[in-house]
Amino acid sequence: MTPDEPLIRPEWLQTHALDVLQRVLEHLELTGIAVGVGFVISFALGLWISRRPGAYAPITWVTGILYTIPSLALFALLIPFTGLSLLTAEIGLVSYTLLILIRGIVGGIRSVPAEVREAAIGMGYTGNQLLWQVELPLATVVIISGVRVATITTIGLVTVTALIGQGGLGFFILDGIQRLFSTPLIVGATLSVALAVAADGVLVLLQRWLTPWARGE
Amino acid sequence: MNLIVAVVAWFLNPANWQGPNGVPIRIGEHLLVSGFSLAVAALIALPAGVALGHSGRGGFLALNVANVGRALPSLAILAFTFPIALRAGLGFGFWPTVFAMVPLAIPPMLTNSYVAMREVDPDAVETARGMGMQGREVLREVELPLALPLIIAGVRNAAVAVVATATLGAIVAGGGLGRYLVDGMALQQYDRLLAGALLVALLSVVTEIGLSAIERAAVSPGIRAGIGRAESS
Repeated sequence: MTPDEPLIRPEWLQTHALDVLQRVLEHLELTGIAVGVGFVISFALGLWISRRPGAYAPITWVTGILYTIPSLALFALLIPFTGLSLLTAEIGLVSYTLLILIRGIVGGIRSVPAEVREAAIGMGYTGNQLLWQVELPLATVVIISGVRVATITTIGLVTVTALIGQGGLGFFILDGIQRLFSTPLIVGATLSVALAVAADGVLVLLQRWLTPWARGE
Repeated sequence: MNLIVAVVAWFLNPANWQGPNGVPIRIGEHLLVSGFSLAVAALIALPAGVALGHSGRGGFLALNVANVGRALPSLAILAFTFPIALRAGLGFGFWPTVFAMVPLAIPPMLTNSYVAMREVDPDAVETARGMGMQGREVLREVELPLALPLIIAGVRNAAVAVVATATLGAIVAGGGLGRYLVDGMALQQYDRLLAGALLVALLSVVTEIGLSAIERAAVSPGIRAGIGRAESS
């Protein structure tokens, strides 16, 4: 980067507007798939744990180790098997969502007050009805706060997948670093942060819409 | 199967353990840049978190810094700090990586030390005051020892994040274990790539386990005895 190079060149933005839009969409797609698949897996595991509490410790232990492994290392471990592909990126991204989402789902179900559960059982709810009609609706606030953390984390991690040929906005960051050209670098970084903030806002609205009774708090 | 053999061969090859690109030097670089960043962040975050928690002020700030920190992807921070470090004439590698990791390490330590101080049993503080301890003594003798495990948990979270993220320093020409990943990927040398990935993963897990052990050891002996674990002190 030469000293007279401005941090941002506005004309780059004009010539690359479509490119930027495409990368934003790619970023959202990578994030959406990861959080979606992660949620389905976590939800299934969460329901299983609600029946067998003993499974919680080993599951959080395994997903905790996955969560500890640095993202670049996890992607690197997968490359020889799945190549520089979307699959490699998604396996890594999904595995990082699991710990957060499972904690949210199990924590949400466990946060339901015992009196509520007893009242429902007293009214004749069966196990399944209790879960779907009482426990899960009341757990929604906590579950969605888990989804918020998972989404924000994933949006950040997607940028790292630029190193394995995916990356959404991470492409601009890597491109900027490699060419010592600060404009795409700052555009990519700023937009990925903005995307995280926007996604969080959308999820807060979703949570308010799904749980009208919790709005007053 | 061949790949596993290749990775084992990589680890057994003495050439990979010597010189500036050898495993000991790379681990040393990794620990140096991580440790330095963590120390700088701790000097900022821990006194601030403890002071805010002790006085009970600024809770909103302390808790929200953590959320903002989580929204800042490490690669994005690196992307911001890299041109700044270059312009400041600090070069590639070490300093841009430090600049990226300090803001990453501050939030977990700040939030945890704040929460740790807030969660100290007020009865214990009042008892200490009743026994005639002064403000500073209460802090040193009662509040800090009780808050220590949670404070160390914050340090652990920060350390694991930093050790993991120091890998990305290799993208801006830093040293450390990330070199094996970035170079292995660029040269399509999968043995080096996998060996590097295993070393990074191992270092992160060791950091996590090591600091967890310190966290447990930091629980005040009196409390440990109180919850029924045998402790004769």
